[in-house]
Amino acid sequence: MITPVHYMLLSAALFIIGVVGVLVRKNIIIIFMSIELILNAVNINLVAFSAQLQNVVGQVFAVFVIAVAAAEAAVGLGIILAFYRNKETINIDEMNLMRS
Amino acid sequence: MRYIWLIPLLPGLGALVNGVVGIRAFSRKASGLLACATMTVALGLSLVAFWQLLALPSDARAYDAVIAQWIPKIPLATHDGFAALEVPWGFRLDPLSGMMLLVVTGIGLLIHVYSTAYMADEPRGGVARFFCYLNLFCFFMLMLVLGNNFLVMFVGWEGVGLCSYLLIGYWYEKKSASDAGKKAFITNRIGDWGFVLGVFFVYYTFGTFDFRAVQNAAGAMPVETAHFGVLSAICLLLFVGAAGKSAQIPLYVWLPDAMEGPTPVSALIHAATMVTAGVYMVGRNAVLFSHAPMVMEIVAIVGVLTALMAASIGLVQYDIKRVLAYSTVSQLGYMFTAMGVGAFAAGTFHLMTHAFFKALLFLGSGSVIHAMAGEQDMRHMGGLKKYQPVTFATMMIGTLAIAGIPPLAGFFSKDEILFRAFLANKAVWVIAVMTAFMTAFYMFRLMSMTFFGDYRGPAWETTGHGAAAVAAAHGVKHPADPHAHGRAQGPDHEVSHGPAEPHAKTGDDDQGHGHAHGAWHGPHESPTPMTLPLQALAVGAIIAGFVGIPAALGGGNTIEKFLEPSFAAEQVEARGSTRSTSSGQAGSPRADANAARPELVEGRAEEHETAHVSTGVEIGLMAFSVLVAVVGISLAYKFYVTSPEISARLADRWAGAHRLLLNKYYVDELYNGTIIAGTMASARKLWTFDRNVVDGAVNGTSWLTVISSWFSGLTDRTVVDGLVNFVGWIVQEGSLLFRRLQTGLVQNYALLMLFGIFAFVSIYLLVR
Repeated sequence: MITPVHYMLLSAALFIIGVVGVLVRKNIIIIFMSIELILNAVNINLVAFSAQLQNVVGQVFAVFVIAVAAAEAAVGLGIILAFYRNKETINIDEMNLMRS
Repeated sequence: MRYIWLIPLLPGLGALVNGVVGIRAFSRKASGLLACATMTVALGLSLVAFWQLLALPSDARAYDAVIAQWIPKIPLATHDGFAALEVPWGFRLDPLSGMMLLVVTGIGLLIHVYSTAYMADEPRGGVARFFCYLNLFCFFMLMLVLGNNFLVMFVGWEGVGLCSYLLIGYWYEKKSASDAGKKAFITNRIGDWGFVLGVFFVYYTFGTFDFRAVQNAAGAMPVETAHFGVLSAICLLLFVGAAGKSAQIPLYVWLPDAMEGPTPVSALIHAATMVTAGVYMVGRNAVLFSHAPMVMEIVAIVGVLTALMAASIGLVQYDIKRVLAYSTVSQLGYMFTAMGVGAFAAGTFHLMTHAFFKALLFLGSGSVIHAMAGEQDMRHMGGLKKYQPVTFATMMIGTLAIAGIPPLAGFFSKDEILFRAFLANKAVWVIAVMTAFMTAFYMFRLMSMTFFGDYRGPAWETTGHGAAAVAAAHGVKHPADPHAHGRAQGPDHEVSHGPAEPHAKTGDDDQGHGHAHGAWHGPHESPTPMTLPLQALAVGAIIAGFVGIPAALGGGNTIEKFLEPSFAAEQVEARGSTRSTSSGQAGSPRADANAARPELVEGRAEEHETAHVSTGVEIGLMAFSVLVAVVGISLAYKFYVTSPEISARLADRWAGAHRLLLNKYYVDELYNGTIIAGTMASARKLWTFDRNVVDGAVNGTSWLTVISSWFSGLTDRTVVDGLVNFVGWIVQEGSLLFRRLQTGLVQNYALLMLFGIFAFVSIYLLVR
């Protein structure tokens, strides 16, 4: 029997993988993908609790998250493209324009 | 007479022009001419003024001229309340100042003329400087003489002291000359100290500086026979000033040294005029002095002792000018003796005659020195009679005058003094007669050594290689020259202060007179500008005495009558006191008889009797003093001309006394040892105190400042700067950590965010 605990463990695992991916990877595309993992970890939680509590609001919220993630991915990829055109790299270590 | 203020002013103007323009621009002749011209005009004015003075009735012979206000009215405390201190530039012409006026301008002019020739070898600027000083001297001397109050006189008094200093040190490159100038100036300062105190005292007592007012006020005061009162104190202080200026014991030491100056200066300042200022001042304050009989006694004693002491020193000196200097001191002593016994007119009379013959003698000695190319030692002269006939003749007249041979000037004035001294005090008279004997002796010794005998000076160019001349010059024995030999073998005191050392003398001669062998062509008569004043003064030395022929010789003693009003308080105001004035002059019957004051009628019979009784005595005294003078002269002639070995033998016999006299009683050494050494020692002590204590305090303060500022700097560096640096250090060190965080890498920020969230959540969970 699948209980909310299992969902939450899955979601936590996904979240941690995502976070680690964001923190340790250099490639910005992979970081984006890790962010998608984090968002989806949240979505799993939302849908799991929606089903558990017999409340549709969680599922609606998950759909919103997917929509926002898509928009975010579009904007993010645009930035990456622009950056790549300037610096010919997508290595996040070299994205340090804020440093003096 | 209205223009008497011009008399001092003209030489002053001459001095100004010569001093400001002349030293740079004038030729020797121009500066001399300017100086002589001012003196000529001054003499002319003086003669006119004197003539007008004579035309006045004898009791109204006084003229006051105030040319400007000097000190405006200032209230000042005096003996009785407050008086107004008010001093005008006032000049007064009366018999006394009139006589001095003629002496100063007359002899001054002659000496100016003389100087034009005497100083002709000086550099151009030096001549102008000399005439500037000489004119300045006349300016101040005339102011001293003419001043009608103590302060104007004091200006002149100090001014002549200044000029004396300048002229003694005229050859200032010479150490001895500048030293002598300083000595004269400092010694005079001591006297001036007394004089100025006396003047203050006069003002405090009488509330005025005017001579006439002071004399009148003093005339109204009782004679201080028994006690030493205020008048005595004033007179004693004034006499200190007179002793300084007129070279009396104990302040006479500067005058012999003053001979370092040019000879015309010695003649004008240190014989004829300036040194007589003290006598003149005492005469000016005759009423004051006659009211202080105790001080009069002091004056007489000091005067006669000075006369004796200086005359005895003069007996053995070898420097021709020094003999005359001591003679001057001695004659000044005579004048003070006269003043001290109340014979003011006789003292002033002697002042005048002395001015003539002493100026004559000094100028004559200058002529000799000029002829000998600067030689002053009489041992190197001799036989100059044939080279300098005019100088010899005029100096002979001066010598006879000073020795007191009638009918020359010195006879009348000196005999007058001797007679009055005889009446006043027999002891004083004895000393004065001894002095008269010495005077005759040393003056004739001077004449003998200079003009008689054989020439002993250095040889000169044209005949310089003649055997006799060379032998004489070097004191070597020569068969035809016995006297020179005798002299050369005699004791050479100037050099060795001991027994004969003929060889040392020979060596000295060679070195000392090497310079004279150049352009010098032997002794010669001086040029006309020098002999002319000599002749004029010789005439003066002959006739100056005729104004004072005493009654005993059938004369009228004109000068005494003429001067009398200057020595008495004014009769109108001081009728009651005139009696006391005359009675204060104890034993001066002739002064009273000559004064012929109407209010003395009741006492006249008795006084006439005294006068008649003393006429015989007077003639006897005169004969005696002439005898004494003749004996002195003949002794000197015997000792120094006919048999010169006697003097050498005498000197050997009384070597101790001779040495004592030659070293001037060691008075200079005594002063050096006591007063000067004491002053120097105390100055040194004070200097040590100054260096240790005063400087020490100053240095200590500076040390304190240095140390405290060092501490202050230390605090500044450590505490204040430390605080500032500490703040900076904290910021710097703190920023190190935060700078680490600012990597600019997004992942770092994200990691930190994560840690932050983790931390907050952990805290939230733990705290809850």
